[in-house]
Amino acid sequence: MKRYVTLIFISFFLIFIPLNSHAQCKGFAKNVCKMELVPYTHDGNYHAAVLTEGEEAELYKTFYSGQEYRIAICGSDNLPEIEFKIMDASQNVLFSNKDKDFTKTWDFKLETSQQLKIAVKVPTRGDKSAEPESGCVAIMFGFKVK
Amino acid sequence: MSIMVNKMFTRAVFLAFLSMFLFGCKSGNQKQPAEESEITVDVSELNQDLFQDINEAKQIFYSLPSPLETAMLIRSAGAIYDEDLLNNVDNSGNYTTNKSMALNLGIYTCDLSFASLYDQTQASISYMNAAKKMADGLGILDAINDETIERLEENINNRDVIMDIISETFMNSSSYLKENDRTAIAAIVLVGGWVEGLYLATQMVPDSVSLKNNKLVDRIVDQKLSLDIVMRLLADNSDNPDVQSIQKDIDDLKAIFDKIIMKTSSNLETSVDTATDVTTIKSQTQVTLTPEVFKELKKKVEIIRSNYIS
Repeated sequence: MKRYVTLIFISFFLIFIPLNSHAQCKGFAKNVCKMELVPYTHDGNYHAAVLTEGEEAELYKTFYSGQEYRIAICGSDNLPEIEFKIMDASQNVLFSNKDKDFTKTWDFKLETSQQLKIAVKVPTRGDKSAEPESGCVAIMFGFKVK
Repeated sequence: MSIMVNKMFTRAVFLAFLSMFLFGCKSGNQKQPAEESEITVDVSELNQDLFQDINEAKQIFYSLPSPLETAMLIRSAGAIYDEDLLNNVDNSGNYTTNKSMALNLGIYTCDLSFASLYDQTQASISYMNAAKKMADGLGILDAINDETIERLEENINNRDVIMDIISETFMNSSSYLKENDRTAIAAIVLVGGWVEGLYLATQMVPDSVSLKNNKLVDRIVDQKLSLDIVMRLLADNSDNPDVQSIQKDIDDLKAIFDKIIMKTSSNLETSVDTATDVTTIKSQTQVTLTPEVFKELKKKVEIIRSNYIS
């Protein structure tokens, strides 16, 4: 009987944990990361995923001339500080938050519209014997309404 | 009791396998390898280069301008509000398929944003209701509920709050769709909003006007940069028949956008305003656009959009 109960528990665990991790990311993006955009207006797009230490993500977006933007990139508390770089079409690094004490935001504007790449990395901790942590990482954009 | 427990066990194992199948096999946003190309000053080739290392195993996101950003871009280019250009809310009853509801969720959200940016209070409420109808039809639970409409009505004269409500409802819709593995629908919603923005902008440029030093025309040309992202977003979901039909439209648009020559400086420079901590990305872009090509683009966008709202 105990075996069956354990199996049932595992089944529910398998079913609901993936959904919960997504739901946590939505809540994390909405309630935590979006706050980093203030006073900019969030564009409404949702980009969030569960990443594990050592994993990377990339985002491609066109930014328009004459607009003022804020990028906010946040990770769950259990993750190390998230690294991010902004690159132009020639792969030149325009900004790296490693040089700015791992800031979560970057404010910028462009003279001409450009497609940029945002490269995000969850660094690994020094302790290799420890199990790598996973958590939500959200990438959000805000602009100033003119 | 033992039969009951055995049944429970069987169900538990079945559910475990079902869950592993449903959630464990998800491919996420990883993309197929992209072709490498040499760096030149042509924007199309530069953008290909940007995608060059995409074959590595990592999460990839393609971000199109949201309907709110699209409407804001049109407004900041000096467009004048013209309600006749928007998709009539009375059409909302005509949309019954997932494709038409998804496209028109994007279209109505763009129209809602556009009306709100011009402080069109009654139109904003009507378009929020039309967007709600599309979201409800798509089974997007509680993205826009009665409370949202009430909040909108209560704050109808506060543009900042209205923008926040629109942004929140759009995020609710897109996060719900992505969380429920309906990424094809999420992509169609975005493309609907993008096409609506392109339609509004092209319609607001009279045939007789000069294309040079025209901010609205500049914004339209800029969409050549987003076209790449539209195509990749759709390619990711190309197993969906609705997406396949939209890809044909976008291919037609690409053929016209390819006639617009856009050259940009290959190495961008940055400067930081120490007072505001805002970085300016410095660059120069040269655009060649003939009136014939613009006319062709305007016509094609009109046809595509007309199909989407009919």
